[in-house]
Amino acid sequence: MSSTAESAARPQSEKKLEQVESVVIRFCGDSGDGMQLVGTQFTNVSAAFGNDVSTLPDFPAEIRAPVGTPAGVSGFQLHFSSHDIFTPGDEVDTLVAMNPAALKTNIGDLRRGGTLIVNEDEFDKSNLQKAGYTTNPLDSEDIISKYTVHRVPMTRLNRDAVAGLGLSQKEVDRSRNIFALGLVYWLYDRDPKPTQQFLNDKFKKKPEVLEANIRALQAGTNYGFSTEAFTTHYQVPRARLAPGKYRKIAGNEATAWGLATAAHLAGKTLFFAGYPITPASDILHQLSNMKNFGVKTFQAEDEIAAMAAVCGAAFAGQIAVTASSGPGICLKGEAMGLGFMTELPMIIIDVQRGGPSTGLPTKTEQSDLLLAMFGRNGDSPLPILAACSPGDCFTLVQEAVRIAVEFMTPVIFLTDGYIANGAEPWRIPKFADLQPIQVTHPQGKLSSGQFEPETNGQATNGNGEGEHKFLAYQRNDKMARPWAIPGTPGLEHRIGGLEKADITGNVDYSPLNHHKMVNNRVNKVAGIANHIPLQEVVGPATGKLLVLSWGGTFGAVRTAVENCLAQGKSVAHAHLRYMNPFPRNLGEILKNYEQVLIPELNTGQLRLLVRAKYLVDAQGLNKIYGKPFLVHELVRKIDEMLESK
Amino acid sequence: MSTEALNPTLPILTAKDFASDQEIRWCPRCGDYSILAQVKKVLPTLGIPREKFVFVSGIGCSSRFPYYMNTYGFHSIHGRAPAIASGVKISRPDLQVWVITGDGDALSIGGNHLMHMLRRNMGLKVILFNNRIYGLTKGQYSPTSPVGQVTYSTPVGSIDNPLSPLCYAIGSEATFVARSVDVDIKHLTFVLERAAHHEGTAFVEVYQDCNIFNHDAFLYATDKTVKADNIVYLEHGKPLVFGKDVKKGIRLNGMHPEIVELGKGVNEDDLLFHDEKAAEPSLAFLLSRMRYPEFPEPMGIFREVSAPIYDQCVTEQIDAEIKKKGVGDFDNLFNSGDTWTVE
Ligand code: SF4
Repeated sequence: MSSTAESAARPQSEKKLEQVESVVIRFCGDSGDGMQLVGTQFTNVSAAFGNDVSTLPDFPAEIRAPVGTPAGVSGFQLHFSSHDIFTPGDEVDTLVAMNPAALKTNIGDLRRGGTLIVNEDEFDKSNLQKAGYTTNPLDSEDIISKYTVHRVPMTRLNRDAVAGLGLSQKEVDRSRNIFALGLVYWLYDRDPKPTQQFLNDKFKKKPEVLEANIRALQAGTNYGFSTEAFTTHYQVPRARLAPGKYRKIAGNEATAWGLATAAHLAGKTLFFAGYPITPASDILHQLSNMKNFGVKTFQAEDEIAAMAAVCGAAFAGQIAVTASSGPGICLKGEAMGLGFMTELPMIIIDVQRGGPSTGLPTKTEQSDLLLAMFGRNGDSPLPILAACSPGDCFTLVQEAVRIAVEFMTPVIFLTDGYIANGAEPWRIPKFADLQPIQVTHPQGKLSSGQFEPETNGQATNGNGEGEHKFLAYQRNDKMARPWAIPGTPGLEHRIGGLEKADITGNVDYSPLNHHKMVNNRVNKVAGIANHIPLQEVVGPATGKLLVLSWGGTFGAVRTAVENCLAQGKSVAHAHLRYMNPFPRNLGEILKNYEQVLIPELNTGQLRLLVRAKYLVDAQGLNKIYGKPFLVHELVRKIDEMLESK
Repeated sequence: MSTEALNPTLPILTAKDFASDQEIRWCPRCGDYSILAQVKKVLPTLGIPREKFVFVSGIGCSSRFPYYMNTYGFHSIHGRAPAIASGVKISRPDLQVWVITGDGDALSIGGNHLMHMLRRNMGLKVILFNNRIYGLTKGQYSPTSPVGQVTYSTPVGSIDNPLSPLCYAIGSEATFVARSVDVDIKHLTFVLERAAHHEGTAFVEVYQDCNIFNHDAFLYATDKTVKADNIVYLEHGKPLVFGKDVKKGIRLNGMHPEIVELGKGVNEDDLLFHDEKAAEPSLAFLLSRMRYPEFPEPMGIFREVSAPIYDQCVTEQIDAEIKKKGVGDFDNLFNSGDTWTVE
């Protein structure tokens, strides 16, 4: 292997090396072409080099759509930069298209003057036909005049490079993606070593396949180096991120780590129950691989059972969590109501995707906010938190756990397909610096047979026999009831979905008690507003326009507002992470601006809530393409609103 | 469990210790009372401290059960008790968790959860109160109501083909399957005791009289004048004999059971011998298919076999992973993979 490692050293190019600030590159091809793999490799290499990165993987909904058709196209977009970036980029600078279908579905996003690299060998009659082309688009004036086109015979060149290893044609062609990767590594002056290492690990047991991939990577690089078509290559310098040690993190990974961390900070076991669903399954996968952290995972028979098991685990004293997406959350509604009624701490994660119904399973959307707010029978508000970026999932899910155990309530944690699958650099925290989470369980009988006098929820039953009865619904200053767990002697008690009497927790249907208990539960959740941070605003404290956003649109909105602020426009940005209850100063903030814009990837769900609660005439920018906002779309809307007044 | 029973430091408990202070709200003469009484009788014999018991139920008349037990209890939502109990048991394998359910709760709305709870074989103890009717919602037919039954929702008779809870349980790979009847106190106590001692999931069907909406549905199995001909008690290693004078038996004819008279050229050795430990569930399934009036209905333990126990496996896997990888360290985790430093 040492000989291949040597030969893979970067050739010293005679060609022009230009510095650029940032680049957006997109790899696209058939879902079997390994586009996610090369995209991830490019991201890792760029992040490790020190660029800021932001990614947008784009999968087809069908696992194996017919090869070569637009339905089967898979893509991976990466923005890497020498300054802070918040989005995967509006327009693509360099598009790598492995077949005609990929070209067809992606060319619209390539900026005028951008670089188009195609695998020319795949542009044969049959593939053109499958993509719906009648003539070869690479010959069309439209494409030639708009872009710098590189027609690379990748299949052929890769076969030449990999020849003689005794692999079948099919196996040989599987390394075409690595050839393409090698070429763009040259184009952007990337260090191939981490990828060589990755290949070494991945194909340890298949030396021929390893050799093929190493050769393919090198051949791609050599091609860029030697062919005359490429005259220049580019360098994107390191970003000036805050000092510290970094790694790349994706949203689902961050959520899983955050959950395990929170449980550990609380001194408890994490119990996670889930049912496979796109795009949330990765959380189940990640946690299932963390058994040595004491994490218990349970793949339930359905979404309902996963939620029900979480209720049981919460009763049993664990940090109990489930994760799903919209359709699964619908099924969980009943047991979430039980969790709310029994006032047990638990976390329900909704990685939102395009809805309604099965909708767009692999695409992003923000359309479950109202489901999270109102998707249960009776008056049953739940606290809702929404993460704003992949890394934020780690931090905010810990906050969700803190609220759940402190207030004895289920908490909904919203992310979306975009931040769940997207990745960004993450400054690695030290575990010791993280905030511990306080959990108290009332203790039962002391060894003397007496009860602890100060124990929350403990009192005599007043029958004069000196018998103690545990008071399961006696509340503390936060209106939380005690979390007494099975196995504690003397605190045996019964909970359930039927209305319970205030303080004692006995079944009680009386009108005044019900009125009181409904209000207790509602007020408890509303009162959380007093224990969360105030809403922050970026930009002037008063002005013409406030842009109010939430969840995964943070990056695009922040970038748009910063661009506008740099041009001296009177615009500010408030990004919500606490969706219920809202931060207690939100009403004040809204009054400080002449206009309010709420951009959302839905038809206006936050807008409905804000208008109802604060009586503000907020305007919407609503896009339901299954894709994140582009910065220029937001800037255009901001300009339009500023000009209208 | 048995070692705990011998522990002299444990307080001696009685049935009274398991009674909660709540007023029982079942209809007078409901079969549920007897089942509650027998459970209270069995628990103190197990040598398990009271705080280690958890009763989980769904929705229905029988599901009020946990409120009447002075243990930890969770009265939940319709059909979901198996899933909730699974959450409790995986979290805390040290607890003895009982699931209280009914024919509608377990077999209709909760059918899916029941199947998966059974096949996973957690150490749960399940009592299915089968009264062949929806009682709490005031009298609609259930998945165990016979064809032709007239109820509020089947005014001209039910056309739904009923199923047997035990067939379902055996088909779902249950490792302990038994049947008893509410009024046969001795037998019920015996079956519940056996269930409590089974290591994996124990499933017990109890014929329960709904005095209001389906009274005497099980008269054939409880009336002293006829029951000897209509039920057959299962005893491990013993032939299946029944009838007033114990003159009748069950013989296998190929794959089919048949009723034979003892004496006339037939002796006990020709009969079907019960084997509750049979590794294959075929015999238990065959027995579970025997229905009145064609056959006497078997009572007792149909099957008790041992198999890996889910909640224990969860713990074992965690221990094995810790042994292999070491106790998880968050700083190591965060710093794993490609990292880089910004000065
Ligand atoms: S309705 Fe039937 S099952 Fe329900 S409590 Fe009354 S008698 Fe018992």
